[in-house]
Amino acid sequence: MRREVIVIMKAFRIISRNIRDGFKSVGRNLSLSIASISCITITLLIVAIALVVSYNVESVTKRVKQDFTIVTFVDNAASKEQIDNLTERIKKLDNIDNITHETKKEIASEMRDTSDSLSAIIDTWTDETNPLYDTLLVKVKDTQKISNTAKEIRKLNLVKDVKYGQGMVESLLSVFSAVEKGILITMVALVLVTLFLITNTIKITIFSRKREIEIMRLVGASNFSIKQPFVIEGFVLGFLGAIIPMGLTIYGYSALYGHFNGQLFSPFIKLVAAEPFVYVVSLVLLVLGVVVGMFGSYNAVRKYLKI
Amino acid sequence: MEFIKFKNVDKTYKNGVNAVYNMNLEIKKGEFVFVIGASGSGKSTLIKMLYREEKPTNGEIYVGGINVARVKNSKVYKLRRKIGIVFQDYKLLPKLTVYENVAFALEIYGLPTDEVKRKVLKALDLVGLKSKVKSYPDQLSGGEQQRVAIARAIVNSPKLLICDEPTGNLDPDTSLEVMKVIEKINDLGTTIVMATHDREMVDKMKKRVVLLDNGKLVKDYEKGSYSNYEGV
Repeated sequence: MRREVIVIMKAFRIISRNIRDGFKSVGRNLSLSIASISCITITLLIVAIALVVSYNVESVTKRVKQDFTIVTFVDNAASKEQIDNLTERIKKLDNIDNITHETKKEIASEMRDTSDSLSAIIDTWTDETNPLYDTLLVKVKDTQKISNTAKEIRKLNLVKDVKYGQGMVESLLSVFSAVEKGILITMVALVLVTLFLITNTIKITIFSRKREIEIMRLVGASNFSIKQPFVIEGFVLGFLGAIIPMGLTIYGYSALYGHFNGQLFSPFIKLVAAEPFVYVVSLVLLVLGVVVGMFGSYNAVRKYLKI
Repeated sequence: MEFIKFKNVDKTYKNGVNAVYNMNLEIKKGEFVFVIGASGSGKSTLIKMLYREEKPTNGEIYVGGINVARVKNSKVYKLRRKIGIVFQDYKLLPKLTVYENVAFALEIYGLPTDEVKRKVLKALDLVGLKSKVKSYPDQLSGGEQQRVAIARAIVNSPKLLICDEPTGNLDPDTSLEVMKVIEKINDLGTTIVMATHDREMVDKMKKRVVLLDNGKLVKDYEKGSYSNYEGV
């Protein structure tokens, strides 16, 4: 029992000394620490901007996609049962999310509300003279396949016509998918570059301390206790480097959001609400900075240890 | 029983250089042994194998009962904690004070702070530098720096002190001063193995001398029997 207590006390002293040394050496190697911290700050800033932009683009495309609808006009000869039947048949097709049935009466009353001159005309319509069609509003699961689905619906009986913004939808979709791919590639590349840059900066920092590691080995420090202060130092560097990007994300984005009233150019492009978005992004930046800092230090020290 | 034993040790470096050839050597506990020889005679390799910086290609090396050649890389630190090492270039950390440099070797074991303090001051007292605890290495003379390095090597009370050309950078008077300190440590019971070029000093010290030439042990002089003027 006493032995165990002594061992735990020893381990505790070693760890607390290593934490102390980790913080101390940030100050002792100030110029190189500042280099590492600014490197982390700059890369994390770029990552922050990329995160904010990509998340907003993502949210806009998502909203636009949700609005993609196949409007199916049903032949006026169809009875109520036949329309229900048709709805069932469409449901059985692939790629159907949901179907809303709007009768021509509902459409007429909707149109009546839009303007006074229209309402005067529509008021004269009866159920028989109403020239509009019953419509089925079909939402699809995968917008990429919207044109195929529309074609299949068109083939069904009693379908008078199908409209889904042909041409416009396809070009929008291809733009969106290109933007999404571009952002994904940029993000992955940025994270890799961040990792590479930070690891290298820390490597240079540690290279200058090769001697320190050599001496630690000579006086009998275990590999673990050599690595520990460096990893803690990496943690401190990553943490300090993340502060400015985090602050800019939280205050900068909130200010931007407030300035534009939550939308860019038109109500069509809505920005992602500042809260809790900025906190999530800051957390991502903090974790990225700290993890990359620790990983970079660990990797760099490993090079000088015979393991 | 011998404290250090080299048994049929060969060392060939990866580039094909044959540094040590069929070495057999025994050193008793508490002995003071000089290892001399020209550059390239294998002195440094012998010393490096003792603290397991290099592994012998063939043969066995025992230090205090441990087969050094068999120690794994990840366990080398356990061996290093049992021995003290002093180098020609001192190997002090320039950004740490004298006290911190010496304490460094103890803190890695997790000793309590008051015990660290007691041992560090005792070691610095032994080398005569108790008054310089707050100085930085570059504020000290070469001899003083080497004494700090010696204090660091012995602070953990090792059974063996290995010295690789400890006086190589020092003038004769300072060398003698440093040698006195090392002799004092030997008197306290620590075994000392020292590689050196300085034959005059070896002559003065009257200790056991091992002469190497081209990787071979050519002569083993008993304590006091070596003379610089023998014409070797």
